[in-house]
Amino acid sequence: MNTSEIAPNKDRPGPVAPAGSLFSASKRDSAWSEWVDRQSRTLFISPAVFLILVFSIFPLVASLLISFTRIRPRVGGYQIRWVGLKNFKKLFTGSEQSHLLGTMEGGISLLGWTAIIVVAALLLWWLYRYVRQEFKVVGFIGRIVTTAAALAFTILFATTLLSGRQFGTMPMTLVYVLFGCSLQFLIGLGLAYVCTQPIRGRAFFSTLFFIPITITPVGIAYQWRMLADMNKGPVAPLWEWMGLGEFAWGSLAWPARSMVMISDAWMWIPFIFVVMLAALETVSRDLTEAAEVDGAGKWLIFRDITLPQIAPVAGTILLIRWIEGFKLVDIPNILTNGGPGIATETLTMHSWTQWRTLDFAGSSAVAYTLLFVSVVICVSFFNLVIRRYSRRQ
Amino acid sequence: MKRLSKFVLGAILPMAALIGGQVSAKDYADMDFSGITVTVLSRPGPVISGAVDARGKQFKELTGLNVVVEELPYSELFNKILTDWSQGTNSIDAAVTSSAWVPELVDMGLVANLEEFVQADTNLKPEDITDYFREFNQKVNGDTYTLTLDGDFHMFYYRTDVLNRFSQEPPRSWDEWFAVAEAINGKDMNGDGEPDYASCQFKKRSAQNYFVIMSVAAPYLQTMGTSQGLWLDTETGNPGINNPGMAEALRVYKKMGDYGPPDELNMDIADIRSMYLAGRCGMLIEWGDTSPLALESDVVRNLWGASQMPGSTKVWNRDTNTLDDCNPTLCPHAEDGINHSPFGAFGGWSAYINKNADPKVLEAAYQFFSYMNAPEQSNYDVTQGWTGFNPYRTSQFENLDNWLDAGFTRASAAAYLNGLKESLNNPNFSSDLKIPGAAQYTSVILDRELARYLAGEISADQMMSNVEEGWNEVTDDFGRDRQIKLYRGMLGLSAAMN
Repeated sequence: MNTSEIAPNKDRPGPVAPAGSLFSASKRDSAWSEWVDRQSRTLFISPAVFLILVFSIFPLVASLLISFTRIRPRVGGYQIRWVGLKNFKKLFTGSEQSHLLGTMEGGISLLGWTAIIVVAALLLWWLYRYVRQEFKVVGFIGRIVTTAAALAFTILFATTLLSGRQFGTMPMTLVYVLFGCSLQFLIGLGLAYVCTQPIRGRAFFSTLFFIPITITPVGIAYQWRMLADMNKGPVAPLWEWMGLGEFAWGSLAWPARSMVMISDAWMWIPFIFVVMLAALETVSRDLTEAAEVDGAGKWLIFRDITLPQIAPVAGTILLIRWIEGFKLVDIPNILTNGGPGIATETLTMHSWTQWRTLDFAGSSAVAYTLLFVSVVICVSFFNLVIRRYSRRQ
Repeated sequence: MKRLSKFVLGAILPMAALIGGQVSAKDYADMDFSGITVTVLSRPGPVISGAVDARGKQFKELTGLNVVVEELPYSELFNKILTDWSQGTNSIDAAVTSSAWVPELVDMGLVANLEEFVQADTNLKPEDITDYFREFNQKVNGDTYTLTLDGDFHMFYYRTDVLNRFSQEPPRSWDEWFAVAEAINGKDMNGDGEPDYASCQFKKRSAQNYFVIMSVAAPYLQTMGTSQGLWLDTETGNPGINNPGMAEALRVYKKMGDYGPPDELNMDIADIRSMYLAGRCGMLIEWGDTSPLALESDVVRNLWGASQMPGSTKVWNRDTNTLDDCNPTLCPHAEDGINHSPFGAFGGWSAYINKNADPKVLEAAYQFFSYMNAPEQSNYDVTQGWTGFNPYRTSQFENLDNWLDAGFTRASAAAYLNGLKESLNNPNFSSDLKIPGAAQYTSVILDRELARYLAGEISADQMMSNVEEGWNEVTDDFGRDRQIKLYRGMLGLSAAMN
């Protein structure tokens, strides 16, 4: 009932306060209660916001400040010395450069130069196309950042991997995320697609594929450590029979990396499987059946009907997986301790190792480097792929 | 009566086995620590903390002191102690950890000085503690701050049956080591028909690999006695790591891998222990746990001999920066032209007390650790592999009885104890690094660059150069003058620099 419709009458009680209002109605109280009603949303979410600020934003800012200092515990407090960008210089150009980026001395190979030129050309063409077709200042700046990052990563890989040299924790993390997680997505999607087909045992396999995600990462790492033990693990007789009894995967860079990626994939493919299965099951059967009647093959149906409908979910799940992938630490820590050498060490492990020896500032510098890299990649993916595709939908 | 005797024996003997040793009850009868609790922090048991807990229960029966052992993963121990004591939380009264951490804590004024307690202690028998552990492990700047419970240093172990079978003598130098390795590598050492390995070594990254390289490098780097030091220049604080001696040690260490398991780079100490206890290894470098642990194996019980670490006939000449043959001037402690330098890897699990603990708690904690350190208790504990405690007292390796009771044969006990004696009596015994930031120098920088070198990512020259650069940064970060002063103190040198 609208209170303005009630005529004022001394025998009748005054206007009834609207439901949810905290105060009784008088002209002044009415203004106050309306103000409170308008602020009630803010008031109710303030405790949660406060907690997030205290436990997320404040530590984020504090660790950023720490990365510009040298900090050490002393009796009754901490000894803090401002050093500016010294910790970052140490990482990118100093004694930690080869640990972070890789071995960079010795020039770039022909293959490396080819990769740089091709990628640079593609990026420039992409920028040019954007400027010609749909230029916006903010979008252009974002694309410049993405271009710079993509070119920097290409040069990094060209100088290290493509020139036959070892790469460090940053490129290693990028391999895990961009290659490893993307491969997990494809396998998860494939399994989900198979489970949408009318095959026998569908329900059984759907349940079976889901089980690994219920196990903790540390449990999975130890499990794979046992399974991959060629000498004395529970599967050692099988490895012996296959002629792999003396295969030292832990002493070789790429086999060790592969083992880490296999363990990580075993854990996370079920997550992708579950989400993509749900997405695939929402695809309209009418469209696919109509396409089948028209004589379209399975691949054509998947490409032109199924994929566009699951694309928003697929993009989101891939983004979530990438964000999680940047944090990888438990599996390489237990399987290889980051070895052989630094072959399987991630940026998170790099940061953790520094922290463990009370080098808080060095650890923060590595952590912020990771934050910058992950934000650039994930925001670029979100803006250039997910949002773009959502707009088209 | 017979049944009662059997019952009594059945009840008492296991208890005697648990508590072990002969208890000097009369010394502790006058102590009353009832109502006092001492919280001791250490690593996860049963190794070390299990032994502390077992002795704690025994001490409680004697004095009423309640000893509570808290456990944390090894990598978190130092962080916990430093933050707990420096920030005034003081929830931990005492700790049993690496003695290498103590000088930094002493420098911050966090550790109780035990010198007065030690001077008044009639049970401790400090003259029985070997020189190295008494003077370098327990003392900082001349005063006692820790009590040794475990004498950690590296020894060289060899399968006596395998060497005898192939007519080999235990190698005294690294050159001899390779000759023996060539002779025994690939032979079946445990009767299962499969070829086994001349050498097994834990080389996994972040798994104590850096201790072993320093054990290999020590005889190349240090010749003039413990006070010369391995790590830094005692005048300038510059790293003593980028030189021909270290280069040769790296070459030797990498080549050792040719005689080991193919997956050695991914093997930690637990993996290696399971291999040598299964009889798959001919030689190895380890702490004093090997022979006691071998008693638990049906395959290699009493088959491991021990000696001090192999030495070198060539050493680093610091004046000319060259690798030179040993001579009486350059290697005054050489034996038959071979310079040995057993390395006090890790320092050993030692007990120390929070300076800000309640005075009654402090005294009670000291008496408890004195009780553990006293020969009556420690001489038994070091014979039991499960405690993790290794010998550090002269009486522990001169008296065979406890070892025979533990299951050693006379021959294997004599071989093991001879290795201990040789090592601990060597005046050129080298000390582990015990200055602030030790973990950054060793378990971060040295460990990482060593792992990269062994994996073939970088050359020996790059490895040494990277370590040198990293160590200089750490030294400057902590303050070069302060680090030099503390390093000199660690080596028993005066603070004044020439």
